[in-house]
Amino acid sequence: MQRSLKRYFPLFVLPTSVAFLIAFLAPFVIGLYLSFTKFTTITNAQWVGLQNYQRALEPKDGFLGSFWFTILVVIASVITVNVFAFAIAKLLTQKLRGTNVFRTIYFMPNLIGGIVLGYTWQSMINAVLANYGTTLVADWKYGYIGLIILVNWQQVGYMMVIYIAGLQNVPTELNEAAAIDGAGKWQTLWSVTIPMIMPTITICLFLTLSSSFKMFDQNLALTDGAPMDKTQMVALNIVKTMFSQVGRQGVGQAKAVLFVIVVVAIALIQLRATRSREVEA
Amino acid sequence: MSTNAATATEARAARPGRVVGLSLTYVLLVALVVVFLGPIVFIILNSFKQKFSISSNPFAIPVGDMWAGFSNYITGLTKQNFLEAIGWSFFITVTSVLVIVFFCAMMAYYITRVKTWWTSALYYLLVFSMVIPFQMVMFPTVKLADMLSLSNPLGMVVLYLGFGAGLSVFIFSGFVKSIPVEIEEAAYIDGCSPVQTYFQVVFPILKPVAITVAILNAMWVWNDYLLPYLVIGLSTRFKTIPVVVQQFVGSNGNRDMGTMMAMLVLAVIPIVIFYLFAQKHIIEGVVAGSVKG
Amino acid sequence: MKNLKRIVALAAAATLAVGSLAACGNDQGGADGEGSVYFLNWKPESEETYGEIAKKYTEETGVEVKVVTAASGTYESTLQAEMTKSDAPTLFQINGPVGLMSWQDYAADLTDTAFAKDLSDPGLALKGSDGKVYGVPLAVEGFGIIYNDAIMRDYFALDGAKAASMDEINNFAKLKEVADDMQARKADLGIDGAFAATSLATGEAWRYQTHLFNTSLYYEYQADGITDTDALKWTFNEEFKNIFDLYLTDSTVEKTLAPSKTVTDSMAEFATGKAAFVQNGNWAWSQISGVEGNTVAEEDIKFLPIYTGHQGEEKMGINVGTEAFMAVNKEASEADQKATIDFINWLFSNETGMKYVTEDLGFIAPFKAFGDNTPSDPLAKEINRYISNPDLTAVPWVFGTMPSSKFKDDFAQLLAQYASGNVEWSAVVDGVVENWATEKASIGG
Repeated sequence: MQRSLKRYFPLFVLPTSVAFLIAFLAPFVIGLYLSFTKFTTITNAQWVGLQNYQRALEPKDGFLGSFWFTILVVIASVITVNVFAFAIAKLLTQKLRGTNVFRTIYFMPNLIGGIVLGYTWQSMINAVLANYGTTLVADWKYGYIGLIILVNWQQVGYMMVIYIAGLQNVPTELNEAAAIDGAGKWQTLWSVTIPMIMPTITICLFLTLSSSFKMFDQNLALTDGAPMDKTQMVALNIVKTMFSQVGRQGVGQAKAVLFVIVVVAIALIQLRATRSREVEA
Repeated sequence: MSTNAATATEARAARPGRVVGLSLTYVLLVALVVVFLGPIVFIILNSFKQKFSISSNPFAIPVGDMWAGFSNYITGLTKQNFLEAIGWSFFITVTSVLVIVFFCAMMAYYITRVKTWWTSALYYLLVFSMVIPFQMVMFPTVKLADMLSLSNPLGMVVLYLGFGAGLSVFIFSGFVKSIPVEIEEAAYIDGCSPVQTYFQVVFPILKPVAITVAILNAMWVWNDYLLPYLVIGLSTRFKTIPVVVQQFVGSNGNRDMGTMMAMLVLAVIPIVIFYLFAQKHIIEGVVAGSVKG
Repeated sequence: MKNLKRIVALAAAATLAVGSLAACGNDQGGADGEGSVYFLNWKPESEETYGEIAKKYTEETGVEVKVVTAASGTYESTLQAEMTKSDAPTLFQINGPVGLMSWQDYAADLTDTAFAKDLSDPGLALKGSDGKVYGVPLAVEGFGIIYNDAIMRDYFALDGAKAASMDEINNFAKLKEVADDMQARKADLGIDGAFAATSLATGEAWRYQTHLFNTSLYYEYQADGITDTDALKWTFNEEFKNIFDLYLTDSTVEKTLAPSKTVTDSMAEFATGKAAFVQNGNWAWSQISGVEGNTVAEEDIKFLPIYTGHQGEEKMGINVGTEAFMAVNKEASEADQKATIDFINWLFSNETGMKYVTEDLGFIAPFKAFGDNTPSDPLAKEINRYISNPDLTAVPWVFGTMPSSKFKDDFAQLLAQYASGNVEWSAVVDGVVENWATEKASIGG
């Protein structure tokens, strides 16, 4: 069967592959090349070797600092989004009345996007902070917490839907068996439910991880890095290097390459770690 | 499906303390409704406010002096060819979503069923593309799109297929893995060609997950700003809604939040309607899709 | 036909037949050999007018003019993307000497063009290191402290007013005395504060980190006899602090809240009569007149120089200069370059073109052809009043030498921290001096 399907490669795989090549793969390779050049527009690139990478890693550049902040954001948002999404999913799989309505509403924030939404959050948070005579940029922690709240608001509904799906597929018998064995609620959750939905957890972790690493719009609109670039994430740092500094597009591109290497490494570690738990389960 | 949860709840509800627990759950759920809908209500309220009142009284209900009526909506609708933008957004979103679902499902099926070194390489490349920030490929993509004459709505569909392939193939192939091969083999024995098998047997099974993929991509394409701005939003007449909304930011800090929020409301309505129609399926789709992850 | 072309292009792209595609592209652009104009504009509020101008020009000459407006704050990235396209802008904008460094490869030599020679002051042109003209300004603009004369008259009529007329306010000490007193008696005057809110929200602080800073920069260059520097000292930072503190304290809002305020907020406060002063430029006229419930009368809108306590500032005028320089894309075809230059010449010397510039764009055009023709809005008139006053010396714009927008962003963040009370002034000074050196050093790599 495999062999007869194999011949249909042009029909099944070619269209998407070509589009993928045009939109992503070829530009990615060109981007790699550009990271070794000096350019204003990509048509006047001149080879400069590793110079851009050296510049990117200079301590006073702030690139490394933005990495630490990104990691702080990623850790906090991956944990909170998944915990909240899982908890809400658990509540909504209890066969209560009206769960469908709640699900629908919780998912809503996903439908709105873009930079205007970020400005809206900025004015909401500032309006709240004004009661305490302060603003979003007075302390980096405000911006940090604001960002985490915004991300939770946007992503919890989405992840919740995936967790609901996972939870509904845990066989009833397992929970009952655990109850008969005298396992408490938490024990059942920990040793029956979670191992059973490990594949779901893998997906959710991967999705939240990649989206929070790439986060840009929210960061730009909410704080734009203020105060003193302490709330600047990597994507924003890269964009600022390209457009807010003069003649440093190549450095920005080199930063993007470094960023990609780190994100891919982390994503691989995460997938490997959670996949291994799936096997155990 | 979750009969266990149901019986457990019923059993617990019989005990007196559980009534309290149940109402606490509802209080919590309703509180969450406030949290999730709050910002949306905020946007709607402010879209009816005079722009000055937006920053001085952000949480107030627009009455009296603050009430701007539909003036923000009218400004937005008349100024920037908003209606035309709705048309292009619709065209690009609908076409892209159909194309993505159609081709990505086929690709996912193929690379899951045909196991060679290059299908798995392709799969990993696609997953890899999910973690790459757009800024990394932004300029080269724009340049290539221009060289290949893709700076038009149909060209955007090609680009969206390329960018959307990662997540879509990822979700589809997770699902294809869970379909027992025996079903397809039975179809072969009945004399179906691989193409017939795919369209008559496999694709119908993929339907719920296809709806999920459709919704996720629709949300993304509909709201996407940077790609359409750089590829078609500028020098062509094909502006999409997010591109037009961004044009309400003037230079010298002339940011018209009232109009921007009004346009945001208008922009969101179609996608909300689509979602409300499809929301039953999105749950089903993800349920089905995550059987095997 | 067009649709067919697109479908063909799409099908071809899908099979990646790259070679055959060049022919299918470009459904825009004029006929061969004739040349056409593609203008990448950076002022979103001028978009409509430029559209009309383009249409009119095509009617009169048959040459096609395409005007595209970059979204606010994205001009650099937009230009970088557009320049790589087959249909690249032929006319684009550069924001001064630093901008020219980025775009030198693309800027055509304009030395011999008619419009460059028609500049009322040849010194306004943007010259490269080789002394040739690569950019020509399209408008002279001015900024200072805009005040509402009606509120001032009310104040001067109060018992014990610290001054009797605006003429007495000609230095910082007097301005502070008056503003402090107005702030103390704001209830009597029916205002929320002397100065409108200091907008330090992210992306909104350019009135201070660029414009107010221009005064410091100009005096430093003057004192050192230079026109640019890699090592800023910020000699006159105390003067900057003087006026900035005054903005923050005699304000409609608590200074700790300034980092949440936008330019729109402060302009609305001024327009609705809640504040007597606001620092801004002549472009703000449209913002003032556009606010709903605007109470300030057109004839009451006036400019005051930005007094900071600098020695001899009684002789100082408002800040006048140019920021946006027109540049022609040297990579464009000969015909397109010629068409572009013809278009600029028409816009700034033809009767019809000039009318658009003055009346619709509202520009004070820096060309001899315009003579005394200036826009009729109150702030443009004020600029003329200041320029033509022989006793006053205008402060020219030198902020085009600021190293990068990253420098400006960092400056803005420092000011916001200062307003929040998180850092001392000395930290602001140290930060600015240090960032200047870093950013100047990192230009070009």
